[in-house]
Amino acid sequence: MEERRQVYLDYSATTPVKQEVADEMIPYFTQNYGNASSIYSVGAVAKDALEKARGQVASLINAEPSEIIFTSGGTESDNWALIAMARKLKNKGRHIITSAIEHHAVLHTCQYLAKNEGFDITYVGVNSDGIVDPAEVEAAVRPDTILISIMFVNNEVGSIQPVEEIGAVAKKHGILFHTDAVQAAGNVPIDVKKIQADMLSLSAHKIYGPKGCGCLYVRRGVILPTYIHGGAQENKKRAGTENIPAIVGFGKAAEIAQRDFDRHVSHVKSLRDHFVERVLAEVPKTHYNGSREHRHPGNANITFEYVEGEAILLYLDFAGICASSGSACSSKSLQPSHVLTALGIPVELIHGSIRFTFGDMTTMEDVDYAVDQIKKIIARLREISSVSEEKGW
Amino acid sequence: MAMYNDKVIDHFMNPHNVGEIEDASGIGTFGSPVCGDMMQMSIKVDDNGIITDAKFKTYGCGSAIASSSIATDMIIGKTCEEALKVTNDDVLRELGGLPSVKVHCSILSEQSIKAAIYDYAQKNGLEFEGLKDFDPNAEDHDESCELSDDEL
Repeated sequence: MEERRQVYLDYSATTPVKQEVADEMIPYFTQNYGNASSIYSVGAVAKDALEKARGQVASLINAEPSEIIFTSGGTESDNWALIAMARKLKNKGRHIITSAIEHHAVLHTCQYLAKNEGFDITYVGVNSDGIVDPAEVEAAVRPDTILISIMFVNNEVGSIQPVEEIGAVAKKHGILFHTDAVQAAGNVPIDVKKIQADMLSLSAHKIYGPKGCGCLYVRRGVILPTYIHGGAQENKKRAGTENIPAIVGFGKAAEIAQRDFDRHVSHVKSLRDHFVERVLAEVPKTHYNGSREHRHPGNANITFEYVEGEAILLYLDFAGICASSGSACSSKSLQPSHVLTALGIPVELIHGSIRFTFGDMTTMEDVDYAVDQIKKIIARLREISSVSEEKGW
Repeated sequence: MAMYNDKVIDHFMNPHNVGEIEDASGIGTFGSPVCGDMMQMSIKVDDNGIITDAKFKTYGCGSAIASSSIATDMIIGKTCEEALKVTNDDVLRELGGLPSVKVHCSILSEQSIKAAIYDYAQKNGLEFEGLKDFDPNAEDHDESCELSDDEL
């Protein structure tokens, strides 16, 4: 019987918590369980841990600790940055610029603001590599533009956006700039000063930290209205007893991401490059989606012609391989990926697209096993398929 | 795969009757790759009007493949009139159900059975009661792939 491995290739969906991270967290569940707002020493231990983590996260993005506000994750950070700032500035203007390839945390928040609060949103497109043109962002600027939100690294095709140039455009026109850097953290260098970001969202569980924790960087001098009320936590910006174990984990994960950055990037890049090279060479009628040059080091997004993505995922799952798809049928909304659509990829090719993302725990043996399985799976599904190279689409 | 039952999983991992009958009595397709699924069904009908063989080829998700597989099983041995009575609900029941978001994927098989029998009827100058409302070009009008609210 053939060996069956469990191969997780969906690190952009979430990552396992590293042992080093979990080890740091555990005492804050069981021993150092104090409320950071309390005055007695058990509370002070929690408070110290909170501030240590704030420093670790700040360091990862070259920010000051006071500029970091802990949240429940990237989605909350994006919602808060956009909604609270839009409401605050609505008398100045109601125009927001974002991109067509944002994560739904930004996209749906913009749609909400448009539908319910009278904001006008411009969605700038991308080129076939999945990259926003800063000149197009600048061309979209109007006198009533109050906010620009463009992601740092795309979650589906891994395209790295020219955030420094976009930040410069925002600065030049006196417009606030927010960037969702959830996929960038740990994978590309982030320097909030270089990119002149006013707000930046991060998530712990994408960098081997725990789920349910993230932060919003808010540049000193930018006043972001309170979004969650009910206490003085997080400098009176976000009420609620802090999730100390998770924040400690986030801090440790950020420290490791910074410490091991070069090793991580070269590891995932070598796996990804080997994978892509083999798949494109050994599986006929495949396409590599997105930029080759400006790309997340651990992201591969591949279209397999004549087969449908959800079927591929199920067959992969049967072989122990976890990945994700842009196919409409693999999404609950039954809509094909808005990102691949924005890249100009025909819808029948979007249905057959799969994202494979590699991480620290992935090995070269895992990659070779995955490619071997993919070859068999695609060949089998093409036998079943009613479309083929001979018959055409 | 937790969302699918064992029977569905078995039918898409090991589908029955995959292929194309070379000297088919009737062959029909339904759906389009743009909409994410397209099924081709070929049937062999004997002199007594009984479907003696059925084969399919499907481009589509796991539910579409499983529905295609079980639909071919269900019509083999039936007369054309009986096969035309096989509905989407029958396919679903035979599969032991699909997740609600996937129910629409089984419609393909009902329509493909009709398309194959329609082709057989056309070639042999036959008329079937079960085909009177069937429009062989229906999928061509549905460029948007949008599902009606009750399908969702």
